[in-house]
Amino acid sequence: MKLYNRGIIIAGIVVFAAVATFPFWYNRGKSVSPPAVELDTPAIRALPERRCVEDAAFMRDNHMKLLASWRDSVVRKGNRIYTATDGRVFEMALTGNCLKCHENKSHFCDRCHDYSGVKPTCWNCHINPEEVL
Amino acid sequence: MAPTRREFLIIAGLSAIGAACPPLARIVAAKAKAPEVRAGLPGTPGSMSALKAKRWAMVVDAKRCIDDCQDCIAACHYVHNVPAIGNTKHEVKWIWPERFENIFPEESHTHIPDAMGKQLMPVLCNHCDNPPCVRVCPTGATFRRSDGIVMMDSHRCIGCKICMAACPYGARSINFMDPRPFIRKLNLDFPTRTKGVVEKCNFCEERLAKGLLPACVMACEQKAMVFGDAEDPNSKVRQILDKEFSIRRRPELGTNPQVYYIL
Repeated sequence: MKLYNRGIIIAGIVVFAAVATFPFWYNRGKSVSPPAVELDTPAIRALPERRCVEDAAFMRDNHMKLLASWRDSVVRKGNRIYTATDGRVFEMALTGNCLKCHENKSHFCDRCHDYSGVKPTCWNCHINPEEVL
Repeated sequence: MAPTRREFLIIAGLSAIGAACPPLARIVAAKAKAPEVRAGLPGTPGSMSALKAKRWAMVVDAKRCIDDCQDCIAACHYVHNVPAIGNTKHEVKWIWPERFENIFPEESHTHIPDAMGKQLMPVLCNHCDNPPCVRVCPTGATFRRSDGIVMMDSHRCIGCKICMAACPYGARSINFMDPRPFIRKLNLDFPTRTKGVVEKCNFCEERLAKGLLPACVMACEQKAMVFGDAEDPNSKVRQILDKEFSIRRRPELGTNPQVYYIL
């Protein structure tokens, strides 16, 4: 079997393989430290008990689902009150509630989201007071 | 609305049971104590006494409107972060001024008195009982609540603009660009919108939830705007509607608009 234009084809394959695998060999042996999420804000320090709406493990895993259910509850059903599993009640609001404690969005939300490469569109509409004040 | 036969029978039955055994009612009341509320984070709601109604409606007494007064518009646009774009093609409108000939074109003629013909009056979403925007929305982003408020859920809006074509009152606007740079003063308690979503008046649904009347109604010093429950005979709206003759915009279309004008 004869391979026409063998030089160009093989060179092309080599270049393609090099480019496609670039992220793997370039980052080989390096470790990226997980994001350091900052919980040290005046509002959190002032809390009698350092506890979010639900416990930290639940919030880490499910905050996006919780926020989506809050969104549907407030907008579609007009219900603004969330009763946590331990019986405390909260107003379902992103800027109006979450960001009152987590007032450092750039050091809290963004650090994890940048690390994991997710781009939530919340902030196209919802206001981050940190940015506008 | 009068109760249906079914509702009447349920209420009558429950009343009969209640009257027959008063001690039972006391026992039930004692058991159904309010759940204990533990205060905690800053967002803990205090006493949220929402305003509720069977059918929200508004009366605009245009005779009370005075020249060049835009208090209602300024209040609404501040509270809801409505951008002032300046270009009428990109304009975003929640509540805006119009003259008689544009509000009621079918009633307009050459001999309308000047006082009425030249007076600017506020127009806004009519929160129709039979809203064409809701019927055409392909994603369900706009919907009618049980209390009559026609709501926008920007999260679901894909910006197709069919609702804008369907609305006979021009009460809907799309954001052709990011509105944030055009907002004069940002109200942190209400979100802005984003490029590519439709928006409109929401009858201050977020204020009603906090027990506040709509911003335009509160801002009007002439008391030209009245807001209330159209199904409650004792509400201010009903007291006015029962006494004075009112008209609505284009009722012949069958949309059953709920903003009433007194001229």
